[in-house]
Amino acid sequence: MITEKKRGGWFLTLILAFFSVLYLCPIFIVLINSFKKKAYINRYPFALPDANSFVSLDNYAEGIQKINFFDAALNSLTITVGSVFVILICTSMCAWYISRRINFATRGIYYLCLFSMVVPFQMVMFTLSKIADLLRLNNPLGLIVVYLGFGAGLAVFMFCGFVKSIPLEIEEAAMIDGADPLRSFFSIVLPVMKPTYISVGILETMWIWNDYLLPYLVLNLKKYQTIPIAIQYLKGGYGSIDWGAMMAMLVLAIIPVVIFYLLCQKHIIEGVVAGAVKG
Amino acid sequence: MQKTLRKYWPIFVLPTMLAFCIGFIFPFILGIYLSFCSFTTVTDGVWVGLSNYTKIFTDATFSHALWFTVLFTVVSVILINVLAFVVALLMTRGIRGTDLFRTVFFMPNLIGGIVLGYIWQMIFNGVLQNYGKTLTYSAEYGFWGLVILMCWQQIGYMMIIYIAGIQSVPRDLYEAAQIDGCGKWKTLWNITLPNVMPSITICMFLTITNGFKLFDQNLALTAGQPANETEMLALNIFNTFYGRTGWEGVGQAKAVVFFIIVVAIALLQLKLTRSREVQQ
Repeated sequence: MITEKKRGGWFLTLILAFFSVLYLCPIFIVLINSFKKKAYINRYPFALPDANSFVSLDNYAEGIQKINFFDAALNSLTITVGSVFVILICTSMCAWYISRRINFATRGIYYLCLFSMVVPFQMVMFTLSKIADLLRLNNPLGLIVVYLGFGAGLAVFMFCGFVKSIPLEIEEAAMIDGADPLRSFFSIVLPVMKPTYISVGILETMWIWNDYLLPYLVLNLKKYQTIPIAIQYLKGGYGSIDWGAMMAMLVLAIIPVVIFYLLCQKHIIEGVVAGAVKG
Repeated sequence: MQKTLRKYWPIFVLPTMLAFCIGFIFPFILGIYLSFCSFTTVTDGVWVGLSNYTKIFTDATFSHALWFTVLFTVVSVILINVLAFVVALLMTRGIRGTDLFRTVFFMPNLIGGIVLGYIWQMIFNGVLQNYGKTLTYSAEYGFWGLVILMCWQQIGYMMIIYIAGIQSVPRDLYEAAQIDGCGKWKTLWNITLPNVMPSITICMFLTITNGFKLFDQNLALTAGQPANETEMLALNIFNTFYGRTGWEGVGQAKAVVFFIIVVAIALLQLKLTRSREVQQ
């Protein structure tokens, strides 16, 4: 019985290992192609670079120069970090308040947040981009405000779910001892909610870093681009694509994501599960 | 405590609510209003009644996009959920290397839709050129290309949720089933599945809404080619807004219809699967 189970286990491991390798293939193919001459990418996309096709880092140099990759990366980083930070602070405060002070208005806010999670972006994309233009929010700082607004729903909802599980007595004791609501929020509630901060932070980071359409419509594209926008710009007017530069830029776009993933894998997976359970 | 809190609402609630109004409530209401208007920007709307909505039905690209989206969503939801569930079952049997496999399967999820689209465009074209064709040769290629892409991206995510669900099934239920002489399939059907129903609800919800709202991958993989035949709803709405002058009102009306469809499906699906959940 035991030996049979063990043999089955090894068999499964082999199958899953095979699929894991298959799963990584696309990324590997992009990586090898990023070192090949353009013509060879189209004709022999699955061949390893050889003496004829190898171009060392030419594709990278060309791509970085063509789309100002590092400017875009810096914008992506500022927008993501800034938005996630602002979202975490503002929505957690809001969520705590509306869970602790129940009345008609706070209930209304809660259900509006819930509602906003289902609404597809296309519903508001045109009006939102025009309003953002009118209010001069077409720069990275303004985009942070827009992300706070459009991302508030999920964040408030998840924080509310957690606040409900914090016993009220601790906060009441603090207030009796003379702490005002701000102090009791930052010194008592915030530390307790740390796991939720991480979960919400991860979910919002994954969304904002990869988001294409919202920054594309809101930002002044002549001045500011993010990585997805810059990559989409590699596609020429008539749909022609410079595949050499494209492969190199795809690799550069994937690298930060993979580093982030390997560093915070445990939190990311917990965040996904927490988000799913609360949703 | 309620009393002391009252004075503090401007600090706690106001920043989020201001941004929420700018980023959601205001555009949403204006969007509904403008869907009954003819306009080129948000300040010059002229009331035209339902004519934007009637125009939708004369626009063949919309019904095609709707049909394509529905078909894509059905196929991708089934494939993603079945595969993710099977992988999750395998991953919860304590075999060697589970952690490593989980790491690998989840990774594509973190890569953005635009990047994914171009990765797969290169690969599909590389395979298809052996047959003298390209990805945009026919809509069928684009369809299955999108399905494969979405499977690759989402199986890992759903697998994580299913693993959490399977692991939360009480162990004594399995023991009881074993004592009662339940076979493997019967145990799966009568114990695992009903108890994992909450996870199935959430995964179905996520895959259905992801399928319906899909935009980035669609834009980067085929951009609707050939001849808008692989255009999904979100891309169709985008193209109506920004590709056809004078059609902004119709674009907004399409967006309202799209919104109603998404909400209706989400509610219906939640109701259907919630009713099958068992209380633990």
